[in-house]
Amino acid sequence: MEHRPLKPDTDTREHLVVIGNGMAGCRAVEELLARDPARYRVTIFGAEPRVNYNRIMLSPVLAGEKCFDDIVINDAGWYADNGIALVAGDPVAAIDRTAKTVTTRSGLVESYDRLLIATGSDPFIIPVPGKDLPGVIAFRDMDDVDTMLAAADAGGDAVVIGGGLLGLEAAHGLSLRGMKVTVIHLMPTLMERQLDEAAGWLLKNALEARGQTILTGADTAEIIGTGEVEGVKLKDGTLIPASLVVMAVGIRPSVALARDAGLAVGRGIQVDDHMVTSDPAVLAVGECVEHDGQVYGLVAPLWDMCRSLADGLVEQPSGYRGSVTSTKLKVSGIDVFSAGDFSGGDGCEDIVLRDASRGVYKRVIVKDDRIVGAVLYGDTADGNWYFDLLKRQEDVSDLRDLLIFGQAFAAGGGAADPKAAVAALSDDAEICGCNGVTKGQVVSCIAKGAHSLDAVRGTCKASASCGSCTGLVENLLALTLGDDVRSGPKTMCKCTSFGHDDVRREIVAQAMRSIPEVMQKLHWTTPDGCSSCRPALNYYLLCALPGEYVDDQQSRFVNERLHANIQKDGTYSVVPRMWGGLTNPTELRAIADVVEKYNAPMVKVTGGQRLDIFGIKKEDLPAVWADLGAAGMVSGHAYGKALRTVKTCVGSEWCRFGTQDSTGLGVKLERMSWGSWMPHKFKIAVSGCPRNCAEATIKDFGVVCVDSGYELHVGGNGGIHVRATDLLCKVATEQEAMDYCAAFIQLYREEARYLERTAPWIERVGLAHIVARIVDDAPGREALRARFLYSQSFSQDDPWAQRAEGAEAEHHAPMARFTPQEEPA
Amino acid sequence: MTTAAWLDIGWVDQIPVRGSRTVQVEGRDDIALFRTAEGKVFALLDRCPHKHGRLSQGIVHGGAVACPLHNWRISLSTGEALGEDKGCTPTVPVKIDGGRVLICRASTLKAAA
Repeated sequence: MEHRPLKPDTDTREHLVVIGNGMAGCRAVEELLARDPARYRVTIFGAEPRVNYNRIMLSPVLAGEKCFDDIVINDAGWYADNGIALVAGDPVAAIDRTAKTVTTRSGLVESYDRLLIATGSDPFIIPVPGKDLPGVIAFRDMDDVDTMLAAADAGGDAVVIGGGLLGLEAAHGLSLRGMKVTVIHLMPTLMERQLDEAAGWLLKNALEARGQTILTGADTAEIIGTGEVEGVKLKDGTLIPASLVVMAVGIRPSVALARDAGLAVGRGIQVDDHMVTSDPAVLAVGECVEHDGQVYGLVAPLWDMCRSLADGLVEQPSGYRGSVTSTKLKVSGIDVFSAGDFSGGDGCEDIVLRDASRGVYKRVIVKDDRIVGAVLYGDTADGNWYFDLLKRQEDVSDLRDLLIFGQAFAAGGGAADPKAAVAALSDDAEICGCNGVTKGQVVSCIAKGAHSLDAVRGTCKASASCGSCTGLVENLLALTLGDDVRSGPKTMCKCTSFGHDDVRREIVAQAMRSIPEVMQKLHWTTPDGCSSCRPALNYYLLCALPGEYVDDQQSRFVNERLHANIQKDGTYSVVPRMWGGLTNPTELRAIADVVEKYNAPMVKVTGGQRLDIFGIKKEDLPAVWADLGAAGMVSGHAYGKALRTVKTCVGSEWCRFGTQDSTGLGVKLERMSWGSWMPHKFKIAVSGCPRNCAEATIKDFGVVCVDSGYELHVGGNGGIHVRATDLLCKVATEQEAMDYCAAFIQLYREEARYLERTAPWIERVGLAHIVARIVDDAPGREALRARFLYSQSFSQDDPWAQRAEGAEAEHHAPMARFTPQEEPA
Repeated sequence: MTTAAWLDIGWVDQIPVRGSRTVQVEGRDDIALFRTAEGKVFALLDRCPHKHGRLSQGIVHGGAVACPLHNWRISLSTGEALGEDKGCTPTVPVKIDGGRVLICRASTLKAAA
């Protein structure tokens, strides 16, 4: 780029020097020219050897949808026409505020009256080994795009580190250019700053369907290669081959120049409402600045800043007040929109619409009758409308009921009562798309006696599949029956209109594989559920997909997360397993040592014949488990919705009345069933004779040994409502007792609702059902048993052993310690 | 960076998403740091207003945490009990600077006093 004469002797106007030929710097000049074209003499310094172009359009250039000329904002003519001197390809290297000069890398010195810094931001390069290898680049300027295009021409594998906006756009472009692309993202969901978990999950699915590999929760350990990049190694050891690595993990305000010049710099160059820095002669604008504690990485705030700056320069100060921002992902065919604050909080109401079949997710966050945020996936047509309402802080109380359906619906006005809308539908209008049920069919099935949602679902199948028409069916019930609508079955929680049984059935029927997937497909009304539904969903998925589903720690109650029982003072109690109630000197010694070493204030023999060590501090738990593990003891799961204890009496070995080896059978049953997750806690007991010393008739599964064999009892508990067991059947051999037990446990695991113990479950479904499945149906029993044993092959790992070895150590240690100094009162 | 007004606790990523970590304040109650599904970070005294349950051990959902002892739901932004329950846990201002979590020193001392 040619250097124009910098100092026309004739020009005596104030000299404005701009550092940065990017979007902010040039826009500021444009705004200034619009206000007072003659006021300043302008010189712009740019680091790149190019005219001013639209950086946010680099993605479409990479994707082949545009070329460089399409994204030029101001061509050479603009500089000439406005008398602007452009020094391109020679970045400013220093500012001297005393002399009021800037010096470029090549040594050119220019003096200024006013200086505007618009240095933008630098890509953040994660400091891993190999980051400087050829073939490792950022995605920031046209040179990066050229490098990517050259790599794509050569073909091969690309890795993009960073699943944010920029990373995904880079991945999309490279993928379109024919490269095999893997995206590595540290966070559990993509674009977590712009999207909530549900939308992030949909996005991941859509990108995977296009052939990209998306690895979330993936931490880069190093970039490998000799001479040039050959691959990326993750901390878990995974190796991904790559001939190109794009780092798009974030940007940082480019402040080095300003800092070296002694300007006030926080995260960015600090400016006031008129974009003036700590030096009145120096202004700053764009991604390099920090205003009111905020830095921005998007283009819209930049325009706001430039307007305020230009107003200030022509002495009509308006003042910048910060910006609310919105984001769109520029990946063709995938519509994603996010605006404002979508993190919820007090007084915030979430309005969520999920349409699984269309792949649509919309969430609008309303506070005090005003929109504060929106996340749209799949259908972003109304994004601008929501954003406009948000920016104008418009009262949306009149639109509230129809808001989520978008502008076209809401424009119908207050008259658009959802019930009236349903009433207006013709009889052959389709209500349930999944099952092809019309309004006429629903109404006729209601008229024939289906007076609840569940009854409608059972008869004409409307709302029985994806559930998106549930609201319509409810409105039809209300229209047809008036006040006679029977309330449906209890829903799982306030987040859904489905009951536990519906959710379980749909998880299996639709082969769902994760909590966000269930929430999306079943139209959850909250973004990430609640403390009732999340543990239930986690269990249902675990039960449906043994060996496949990855447990979600954050959806587990603390006891199951820490494998110990939380007590009222915040300490924990620890119960090691004692198989069938047996112990030995080594175990007793280990327990005694733990009690002394960790100052446990109490040890108690539990009702289930075990020893409970109380008062252990959370941070000591891993060491306690390590010590117990060294003595051969494993977790007793006394904290879990799981198999707890198998209580026994001494049986035929010692007791003069004992008919069978009840202790031995108890140990075998416990060896078979330990480690299994259940809908609720589960207890087994084996008594050696009808005197029933092990109290087997108030356990979930009880065996009473008799001369002729084994009586099997089910559904007892000693809880708030004591319930004695029902006799399931009698069997002749120990092996049969074991097989029936396994089958019964699996039936309970597959059919009971989360937090439903066997007693209420059996009372709800009837003993006859259990007998039919376990006793009368031999092949069915065998299948249940086989499913149980298959599931057990994945679950009999001692969780304490993993933790003692340091897994998830962060659960146990504080993040920081703080010692208060002497503080003035 | 720790200053007179702010305490530097560590990297945001050290707090699990939809999870929590604690800051031990010597001789006083802990401060609990929470990170929501959407990446917002909040700090509260680690003490439920009900029976002093450790909120840091609860299930985080939306902008709230469910106390592990009796399932009270506490707002992460105000510390107020939600729903029918009444009570409030002191909150501590948090800011994120360059990926670091900073909590307000004065509020920490006041909350944990």
